[in-house]
Amino acid sequence: MDPQRKRKIRLVVALSTAVLLAVALIYTSFSASTEAKEPSQLLTATPGTSYEMTGRVVKGSIEREGSGIAFRVVDRDGQGESLPVTYDGTVPDPFRGGREIILTGAIEKGVFVGEPDTLITKCPSKFTTKSDG
Amino acid sequence: MASLGSALLGLAFLTAFAAAALAIAGRNGDERLLRFSRRTVYGFFALLTGCVVIIEIAFASNDFSFNIVQQHSSIETPPFYKMAAMWSSQEGSLLLWAWVLSIAAAAALYATRNKLREVVPWATAVMMGVAAFFTGLMLFAPNVDPFATLSPAPENGVGLNPLLQHPSMMIHPPMLYSGYVAFTVPFAFAIGALITRRLDAEWIRSTRRFALIAWAFLGLGLLLGARWSYTELGWGGYWAWDPVENAALMPWLLGTAFLHSIMVQEKRGMLKVWNASLIVGTFSMALLGTFLVRSGVLQSIHAFGDSTVGPYILGLIGVVLVGSTALIVSRLDDLRSEKRIDSLASRESVFLVNNLLLVGMTAVIFWGTFFPLISELFTGEKASLAAPWFDDYTTPLAILLVLFTGVGPLLAWRRVSWDSAKRVFRVPLAVSAVVTLGLLVFTDVADSLWALALFAFAAFALTGLGQEFWSGASARRRLTGEPGPQALVGLVGRNRRRYGGYIVHVGVIVLLIGIAASSSFQTNRDVELRPGESVVVDGRTITYVKPTVKVDEEKLSFGSLLRIEEDGEVVGFLRPSRAFFRPTGQETGTIGSFFSGEATTEVGLRAGIGADLWIAEEPNIGAVQGRVRRADKGFEACIQGGPGTPPECKALGALMRASVGNPQREARALDQISRLQSLAAEDVAKSYLDDTAPSTFRVIVDPLVTWMWIGGIIALAGALIALWPTRGRRRGALVRTEADARKEAKYREIRDAELDHAAGKLSDEDFASLDAELRREALEILDRVDGENGNGNGNGAHPREPEKVEPG
Repeated sequence: MDPQRKRKIRLVVALSTAVLLAVALIYTSFSASTEAKEPSQLLTATPGTSYEMTGRVVKGSIEREGSGIAFRVVDRDGQGESLPVTYDGTVPDPFRGGREIILTGAIEKGVFVGEPDTLITKCPSKFTTKSDG
Repeated sequence: MASLGSALLGLAFLTAFAAAALAIAGRNGDERLLRFSRRTVYGFFALLTGCVVIIEIAFASNDFSFNIVQQHSSIETPPFYKMAAMWSSQEGSLLLWAWVLSIAAAAALYATRNKLREVVPWATAVMMGVAAFFTGLMLFAPNVDPFATLSPAPENGVGLNPLLQHPSMMIHPPMLYSGYVAFTVPFAFAIGALITRRLDAEWIRSTRRFALIAWAFLGLGLLLGARWSYTELGWGGYWAWDPVENAALMPWLLGTAFLHSIMVQEKRGMLKVWNASLIVGTFSMALLGTFLVRSGVLQSIHAFGDSTVGPYILGLIGVVLVGSTALIVSRLDDLRSEKRIDSLASRESVFLVNNLLLVGMTAVIFWGTFFPLISELFTGEKASLAAPWFDDYTTPLAILLVLFTGVGPLLAWRRVSWDSAKRVFRVPLAVSAVVTLGLLVFTDVADSLWALALFAFAAFALTGLGQEFWSGASARRRLTGEPGPQALVGLVGRNRRRYGGYIVHVGVIVLLIGIAASSSFQTNRDVELRPGESVVVDGRTITYVKPTVKVDEEKLSFGSLLRIEEDGEVVGFLRPSRAFFRPTGQETGTIGSFFSGEATTEVGLRAGIGADLWIAEEPNIGAVQGRVRRADKGFEACIQGGPGTPPECKALGALMRASVGNPQREARALDQISRLQSLAAEDVAKSYLDDTAPSTFRVIVDPLVTWMWIGGIIALAGALIALWPTRGRRRGALVRTEADARKEAKYREIRDAELDHAAGKLSDEDFASLDAELRREALEILDRVDGENGNGNGNGAHPREPEKVEPG
């Protein structure tokens, strides 16, 4: 086989592999992703479907419940109706009232039940705006 | 002071422009203008150093008229953290960026002061352009002026968040920034080389060191961040595929690819478009990292207040990408490869594969990181990808990378004959097979096929690297007659770049072994224990001996004493705890205020070569909190002086009432109250010792995780060896011209080939042809150097030829 042809075949093989991988990447990313919602949208969400909730913990709402905790969250802008949440598992250090959290879970009987070890609390920002400080 | 700082910053801004303008004016080789421009860059560095010093003095002297000091420090902040608090602020971190850039630019121009006379002016312009951008940001963007003042100056500051008061948190940001920033240098020289069409390997030779420094700093920054997460954050992990982590990992991966592919350009004159694109990508990723932490575009653990500078940085990224792409496209003719890949079985083709893997990994991470935006674009719904998705893709890519890390060093450049391949692959393949078999028989590694594959490839790669050192050292012993150990040291010393690189490989492979073992075979349990109770986790008996309490002015700390037994023998004690801080900048107030500030976990960690035992406690402070509430109420009632209050309360109440309007007395009364409150707080906290409520413990047994940190340290040591100046340079031969560099590079290639031949990697026949070719090329270079020296005029006559050797 002459080298020119060989190179061309190699190029085609490499490119098709790349395309295949890219398609797989795109396909799996859409099927593996969890929809992100804010508490006010979750009040009316389908029970049982997994969502990634981003919200702000209502100050003074955190209570210990068995081995886990229960609290309420509102939208990040602090507006709207609050959503009850239960979570069983380790709580990150920065977690407390008024902080923004990200939690994956599903609605069960009107309560957002978080999956263990998915609770992420935003670091008390290094670059805080003054209102936070 | 603040106005002096503002003046210096303003002056620095103008200086950056001046340096760029001077450099461009001197682009045709006007030595005087270029020297002036270089010195202006040194001046820029001096001015920014002045700014940093002023800010640091303000922090050290508690000058709360500085907004930045008031917001991020307080009288009580420990001195060490005061010095480091600068970069915990938005404006301070921008100043740090600009300052590090000024160091890098000054160093780069000093290092190239006798070289690359055509490329340097443009590189100066690019670096100073970026510098002007960041200084301009501080001067003109809203709310990021480091010299903003408060009037009147408050008496105390807000203080530094206790979570950030950790040594690695103070070193971690400057490391990352240094990494991000140092990539500006190779980027700037690449742009200069593109503009002037000087697209041989010289810009790479001159800036390779900066790329490696950037890579090492970025790596160290990532490692420190992971370490902080593991020991401080109380969740037991070191990597969460968080957008901000990813943002720092991406330029590191692309930088790794760049460091490998430039070798192909240096040796073989290939992959020029690829290299130029890689460094543009790396620098853009570094800017993207800077942008992501300041934009609020993506949801991240690292929440950074929505700030004003995001859009500007995004604009800069746009300019960089569009400008560089246009430049590369317009120079495609000049970027054509000088040679072609001879054979798939050659080191350069393995480099190509490793590059594709690294770029592929970056592409996956990029896609995953920005998926929320992508999904919103296509489906209208924000959706995000969790860690398992990232793992699914990066795991196989990382495993393949380990395999090729093993294959690469075993192959010679250009081509490998079947015989020599058989010779060099024999031992590593055998060892890998034995290790795999051993793991299958004696452990249950087979539970995770990915991990098994990684261990097998790692054994192959490590043996291959060991063989490299061994055969290199024995070849050197034959050539020089030195004894073995001395030959090994001499080998590494004479070929720092190559063997330093191999040491980096060893480190990275060890690190990946640590990651694979700890992520695949981790035991992770949450248990509830009462004092006196025990639990067995992975063969270790953990007994909750007793609760512990620590009280000081700023925090209450509840924890436990745990006894660890292995095989019935006590091997140690762990003391995990959780500390509750008063809100920053508040020393008095109710006892309950301790629970409204930050809380930090102190992990109990028993690190071991085989496995780490990691325990974090969630103390059950429900009862304590109840008592605190009652105590606070009682205290209030006491001061109000209701019926039945004890006499000392009445006295205190009277003191309070009498002190109204009398500042001196008031201070005394407040002092007394806070003293009584501390006593009460201590009392209430101590009551925790008698509690028998169960606490929750997270117990993690992490096999081999220590090797992650050890591997990281080995890799950094390797990078340091590769960076260390060679002996010739240290011995006064500081002034090197391009022709010298080219000559030296060719000599090194000849030496490499000799070593490869002596080590049995090159067949006699291949070596003969390669050696002849290299020697011919070396002679050509020598001829050219001589010719120039004879002509006496390097400028003008041959604009593309290496410059004349300067006297002195």
